[in-house]
Amino acid sequence: MQGLIDRLTALLNDGTVARVLGWKKGDMPYNPEPAIFNSAEELKDFVYDGFCGANLSKMMIEATKLEGKTAVCLKPCDTYSFNQLIREHRVNRDNAYIIGVGCRGKLDIEKIKKDAKGITEISGTELDGQEKVTIKTIYGDKEINYTDALLGRCHVCKGKEHMIADETWGESKDTADQERFEEVQKLEAMTAEERFEFFKNELSKCIRCNACRNVCPACSCRKCVFDNTKFDAQQKANVDSFEEKMFHIIRAFHVAGRCTDCGECSRVCPEGIPLHLFNRKFIKDIDKYYGEFQAGKDPEAQSPLTDFTFEDIEPGERG
Amino acid sequence: MSVNENGEFRPLIVAFCCNWCSYAGADLAGSSRLSYPADVKIIRVPCSGRVNPMFILRAFERGADGVIICGCHPGDCHYSTGNYYARRRMTLLFSMLDYIGVENGRTRVEWCSAAEGAKFSKTMNEFCEKIASLGKNVRLGDLRCKD
Amino acid sequence: MYKISLKDLDTLFREIAGNNELILPVKKAGQINFGAYEEGVETDLINKSVKSPKDAFFPQFETLYNVKKTITPADELADGEEAANTKIRTKLSIEMEGLKDKDFVIFGMRACDVKGVEVLDNVFLSDPVDSFYKARRDHGIIVALACKEPEESCFCTVFGVDPADPTKAKADVATWIVGEDLYWKAVTEKGEKLTESVKSALTDADEAAVESEKANITSIMDKLPNTKLSLEGWGAGKTDEKFNSELWGKIYNPCLGCGTCTFVCPTCQCYDIKDYTTKDGIQRYRCWDSCMYSDFTLMAGGQNRTSQLQRFRQRFMHKLVYYPDRYDGMFSCVGCGRCVDKCPQSLNIVKVIKAFDKEEKGGAV
Repeated sequence: MQGLIDRLTALLNDGTVARVLGWKKGDMPYNPEPAIFNSAEELKDFVYDGFCGANLSKMMIEATKLEGKTAVCLKPCDTYSFNQLIREHRVNRDNAYIIGVGCRGKLDIEKIKKDAKGITEISGTELDGQEKVTIKTIYGDKEINYTDALLGRCHVCKGKEHMIADETWGESKDTADQERFEEVQKLEAMTAEERFEFFKNELSKCIRCNACRNVCPACSCRKCVFDNTKFDAQQKANVDSFEEKMFHIIRAFHVAGRCTDCGECSRVCPEGIPLHLFNRKFIKDIDKYYGEFQAGKDPEAQSPLTDFTFEDIEPGERG
Repeated sequence: MSVNENGEFRPLIVAFCCNWCSYAGADLAGSSRLSYPADVKIIRVPCSGRVNPMFILRAFERGADGVIICGCHPGDCHYSTGNYYARRRMTLLFSMLDYIGVENGRTRVEWCSAAEGAKFSKTMNEFCEKIASLGKNVRLGDLRCKD
Repeated sequence: MYKISLKDLDTLFREIAGNNELILPVKKAGQINFGAYEEGVETDLINKSVKSPKDAFFPQFETLYNVKKTITPADELADGEEAANTKIRTKLSIEMEGLKDKDFVIFGMRACDVKGVEVLDNVFLSDPVDSFYKARRDHGIIVALACKEPEESCFCTVFGVDPADPTKAKADVATWIVGEDLYWKAVTEKGEKLTESVKSALTDADEAAVESEKANITSIMDKLPNTKLSLEGWGAGKTDEKFNSELWGKIYNPCLGCGTCTFVCPTCQCYDIKDYTTKDGIQRYRCWDSCMYSDFTLMAGGQNRTSQLQRFRQRFMHKLVYYPDRYDGMFSCVGCGRCVDKCPQSLNIVKVIKAFDKEEKGGAV
């Protein structure tokens, strides 16, 4: 991590960049927050460890509007989101200096907390850390495998290549050990009743906090349809019967073809709803019907929903 | 939905019809004295490409039992390509509705030109029968809108 | 004081649920939230629930009244009334939603949650009294549970809450988990009544075991990192000083503007009243609102708070300055730590308090 801080300091000092967008040490061992560093002195609080899961590319929408270049630390999967934002003209590439940081998968604190409470110290989560993570708690010490506490999205890692970067730092690891569409296929194999029950059960937990929307790099509309007070979509009513389904289907639909499957929605959901299952279903369908497409891989590529062929299949047909 | 005097279930069907084809097709069906059930409520849209997925979900929420979208035949769009986009969108949306466990068949897309009054009437009759056999929409409705 | 073996808890729940509605921490789809008791439901009395139990008194969504429109068919009109006049044929009727009129038991609230209810009481039970809330308060019987395993995010002691002793909070019954038993002690009259009704499931016990458990919990709390938080500089009368601080501009940035912190909070009490157009009328409902949202208290001119900085500041100023100003110095944070656990960007009230503390002591933030 020191190497990265040194490099960022150098970039700030020689005037290449005016500020750095990275992660700031939290007050607990596992809660760094995204932050903007304006000076080399502020960088003393910079941190990059296993808990820096936040995708910083969305924050670049605002950051690239500022005077001067902003250096941003992007993990391999974050670069897909950044590319997609370039595609949509939401970020100014000229004002960004991208440091592709290495990643060996990011940790899910919820998984760690399942059997470790009262955490006072966690060590070994840095990029060059150990296979084992040591957790000190007031109820006793624990040791877990780094790979056992990975975020769900890391099990379907898109690979260790950065799609866009001005320079890279650190070694990445491909942590994929599951089939990307495995969960979707499992659901598809169920009966309609079972699927309905499954989603009802999951979505009934939704508290309509909008965290999934607000964190999503593809949800970058200046004004969301669900915030429009002049249209009755804006119902904050948390009723089980319909509103959540409406919100989540429409949200997933709106990012279909643009969603890079970065998994932020599922990471931030306070109720642990597997929201990526909606997005991944769309991705799977797009791949199947319109040819394989990975949003954010190529900033020039045409998104499947703003494109068509004369031979597209008819709605309702399932090939 | 409604229940008629014989206690028989009558579905409520919302049809989004493109101004340039099926909306005129419905007119032709009427002037040709071809009948289709009164359960179908037509909403005129400028193009099938205008149909936002939210329209469909809203219709279901507000008590529709089935939603059908009628547009120009591929290649015949008044705006050249609107129906091609609609086709992709609806393919994905219908697949998603199926995925979350809504009965397959409550939604349908039909390409129907202004000259196809007979097809319009036939489609609507078929669709009404289909929805009547599926019964009341309980999975996508809002309890607050129930009778 | 009574006790019951943890193994037999289901008997107790069944006993309570037989007479009253019972709400308790239920594990559903992997998450713990307060919910209604049903046969065979999976409960979790050790871990913190995601949402606070404030729903029981102040639900996220509730109907206030319904307006129904009825149109009399023309042929049913009385003689002399003009059938073509739809004004005569249309009748509007207003149906008030009924108030809670049956007792219910809410089991497993923590001391912090009970204190949270006290915060809500100040707002909803002061003039003008919120009748919906009051009815629920009158009929709710709170069975509080001492914390078995406080977590590192907990900092309730900072706000004078004693997690070891729910009797100090406004609970009706206090309970403790000690070893394999649940100890039960009625505190108020309502609690006595409930105890009487479930007595068959309970056995007599002495208080010694509970005393040692209390000491145990207190010692755990002492070891937790956030319990040493200093509230110096916050409280009544600090509005100008804190409002104008430049620090807000430095710390608000990562805030997403989602409502997670407000919706999991046991004391957030802001709500919105909206109309929902049903098939034949209007349902007027009340739902929680979040000061983090762009449409919160939105006025026609585009006011009130137009930037996320202002919204972010509002939340913490309300909890730590405005509320104490209004209610004799009482803070409207109870230190349950739910927002600390759940903030997507790891931004929270503890970090805000610490940042101000650090700045006042002269350190850079």
